[in-house]
Amino acid sequence: MQWEIVIGLETHAQLNTQSKIFSGAATAYGAAPNSQACAVDIALPGVLPVFNRAAAEKAVRFGLAVGARINRRSVFERKNYFYPDLPKGYQTTQLALPIVAEGGTLRIQVGDREKDVRITRAHMEEDAGKSLHEDFHGMTGIDLNRAGTPLIEIVTEPDLRSSAEAVAYAKALHSLVRWIGICDGNMQEGSFRCDANVSVRPVGSEKLGTRCEIKNLNSFKFMEKAIDYEVRRQIELIEDGGTVVQETRLYDPDRDETRSMRSKEEANDYRYFPDPDLLPLVIDEVFVELARAALPELPQAMRERFMSGYGLPAYDAGTLTASRELAAYFEEAVAALGQDAKLCANWIMGDLSAALNKDGLDIADSPLSSAELAGLLKRVKDGTISGKIAKEVFAAMWAGEGEADAIIEARGLKQVSDSGAIEKIVDEIINANPAQVAEYRSGKEKVFGFFVGLAMKASKGKANPAQLNEILKKKLAG
Amino acid sequence: MLNASLKELAGLLAGKKISSVELTQLFLKRIGELNPALNAFVTVDEGKSLAQAEAADALIASGQAGPLTGIPVAQKDIFCAEGWRTTCGSKMLHNFVSPYDAHVIEQFNRAGAVNLGKTNMDEFAMGSSNETSFYGKVKNPWGLNAVPGGSSGGSAAAVAARLCPAATGTDTGGSIRQPAALTGISGIKPTYGVVSRYGMIAFASSLDQAGPMAKSAEDLALLLNAMAGFDPRDSTSLERPKEDYGRDLGQPLKGLRIGLPREYFAAGLAADVAQAVETALAEYRRLGAETVEVSLPNSKLAVPVYYVLAPAEASSNLARFDGVRYGYRAPEYTDLNDMYGKSRAQGFGAEVKRRIMIGTYVLSAGYYDAYYLKAQKLRRLIAQDFTDAFARCDVIMGPTSPTTAFNLGEKSDDPVSMYLSDIYTIAVNLAGLPGMSIPAGFGANGLPVGLQIVGNYFGEAKMLNVAHQFQLATDWHTRLPPLSEE
Repeated sequence: MQWEIVIGLETHAQLNTQSKIFSGAATAYGAAPNSQACAVDIALPGVLPVFNRAAAEKAVRFGLAVGARINRRSVFERKNYFYPDLPKGYQTTQLALPIVAEGGTLRIQVGDREKDVRITRAHMEEDAGKSLHEDFHGMTGIDLNRAGTPLIEIVTEPDLRSSAEAVAYAKALHSLVRWIGICDGNMQEGSFRCDANVSVRPVGSEKLGTRCEIKNLNSFKFMEKAIDYEVRRQIELIEDGGTVVQETRLYDPDRDETRSMRSKEEANDYRYFPDPDLLPLVIDEVFVELARAALPELPQAMRERFMSGYGLPAYDAGTLTASRELAAYFEEAVAALGQDAKLCANWIMGDLSAALNKDGLDIADSPLSSAELAGLLKRVKDGTISGKIAKEVFAAMWAGEGEADAIIEARGLKQVSDSGAIEKIVDEIINANPAQVAEYRSGKEKVFGFFVGLAMKASKGKANPAQLNEILKKKLAG
Repeated sequence: MLNASLKELAGLLAGKKISSVELTQLFLKRIGELNPALNAFVTVDEGKSLAQAEAADALIASGQAGPLTGIPVAQKDIFCAEGWRTTCGSKMLHNFVSPYDAHVIEQFNRAGAVNLGKTNMDEFAMGSSNETSFYGKVKNPWGLNAVPGGSSGGSAAAVAARLCPAATGTDTGGSIRQPAALTGISGIKPTYGVVSRYGMIAFASSLDQAGPMAKSAEDLALLLNAMAGFDPRDSTSLERPKEDYGRDLGQPLKGLRIGLPREYFAAGLAADVAQAVETALAEYRRLGAETVEVSLPNSKLAVPVYYVLAPAEASSNLARFDGVRYGYRAPEYTDLNDMYGKSRAQGFGAEVKRRIMIGTYVLSAGYYDAYYLKAQKLRRLIAQDFTDAFARCDVIMGPTSPTTAFNLGEKSDDPVSMYLSDIYTIAVNLAGLPGMSIPAGFGANGLPVGLQIVGNYFGEAKMLNVAHQFQLATDWHTRLPPLSEE
């Protein structure tokens, strides 16, 4: 039987506010345990929450970025359950009336295909603390620094049809939340966490299969592997005559498998009800418009502008708009060069990206500024150096030897465009290799490359390639 | 001295007739003598109280005294006070010393008042008799076999027996007014949101409201002036200009329209209470007020609605008492769930557990709509009844409680009969209105009867004057229980 995979994602993104969602404690990561937990975070008797409206501004920014309807009135509710890192015994979240309502979409690209994934909703809630099981023998340590950090939980419709689509969505979302400046996206620190609801159904079936929710997908790679494993598990189960049980499963990256965490029957009855300590959150037109004003040009719009404005292919436009920093770098380089956006795109996506990857750097930390890269490309454009020499100059610039012009000068890399000098080299090669000349003249045109190689070598790579080709062809023709 | 008003005490302090230290010592001495019989205080800390009194004396000497500077005030043990054990009447918080001050405590500290100690209360403010406290029953100074009412029974008994000039209480369903009525003192629960709940241990957040308990309406006004005010740390605190709650004291009552809800004078009201209330109403007519009949048709629903909503909120509010970070933890347990189970089973008393279970039940999947949502809808109808009634009158009056103080143990095994002792007070919390109780004579058994006065939203100043005029014309509020006579 042919199976269709159906996936919906729930993503928790920490909103990068200075202070917590319901208290004045700082949200910075990595402080000494419990040094950023105030009376409210510890849930001392008698303390009360006060909502941090900066979180709402960021949530609204997200809603606007995906084109969703914004609820002018949203309600905080209590989700009741006991856990040691949940100090109040309930998590304050939004259920019936989330701040971001329906209508949002996020465009993803898988291969050369585009798809709009529907966003069901996004709501604000507080993060829990952390239980530290390893550090204390026979005991569990509780660190409440994270307790009360604002989160936005973004929920999709079951629109994703493969692990590749799920990863593409997660990456696009990850890019978007950083793009609009609401989340630092640090997956190691848990700022961006995904759960996947996975089910399978016979191709052509309208009815959704029973889903399992997979937790602990803290990298894109693990997400892909966990979904692939889970899909295989469900299909094998059904094909062996079994049925999928709705449950929560945990992905174990060490064993590359998902394991049952709790079944639907074991699930808590969270007894949600509106939090009587917090008034409904009411936001007005001005609030929404201020959030809109804080939005930069969005990746989708920028991608289209890169295609129409710079004449870039879709692939390039997509790659260069993967992050705001990368897109800005590209635009600055084009502006500095004043021409040939495609050349800039090629270099940024090629040599620059490779060098950054090799050194494990982000574009923001590039040792080469966009102006410096443009300085190099300028010398390619005006024929001072060839593309091949440019790679050598780039490597020297990367190594910190200075700007392009200084390196070209110091190493004597200026391209030879003097036709007399090139003719002299070509004559010498033809005279020294009569056998190959005869071969060429007998119709074996492949030998042409041999002459180019020799000529380049003789010119130390500095011969203008176009000129060299032309002169070689003329002379070899006899 | 024991019957002196706060204004008189302030005069004595200002005139150096007595120091705050002496005044504090006087009341500490009375607590030492009478508290063993009454059990009104759970924590007394002479050192802390006297240190505050000394600071107050210094303020008075430097001419910076306010109306409450140097006055000892007893604090219900529901308010967190820095450095003070704050138990909320529960074993769960037996070992809890608060690291911070509640807004109410801060306000009294700012006013230079002296914290005279923490008063006993029903556990987590759940009760109408002060019998559910982990620290034992509080006795009614008017009859040591009778309950003082609850949950602010310790504060009420302390004021009634003149162990303190004034005290604080909290009122979720009548917990200031009912004990005030049963002990013959005055108490006011302001409009919801007037006094910040910050640092007041939550029972039912949407109903809880703090207020003062004292010997007279005039004293209540001074105390409320200190307690009220916007607090950004409580999202339900109302941002309004500061009021002088004593501003109307002295206004004549001529033309005042008093609404009498027919439902509050019906079956279930004891004859002696009805008679005392009628006598009080006659006094009001004599003072120039007129009475009109009004109706609160949904008032019969108030008790059931309250016993859905208050336990629902409580079941969640009390989840933080899990033995993890502070408070009671069972000495032995096998795993995490066992620790939760045993700590809460051993740390909470029977009434608290009953309400947590009711609250958990009404919020559960499948029952939420039938109980919680339905109760919320009825709550709006109950509030609307008052809005309609206030179209026809300025204040509403009636009995505070259907009977005078019942005997200790009399209703302990019958929670519903206990809950019905708040039948006239609960609707006021559901509507968020201000309500007060003042002494209005005595019942057949010689125990006090309270007259309830309910005002419209923010009608505290008017209500306090309505009470004050009655107290100028009567002396019920100056009567001392036999135990307390000097």
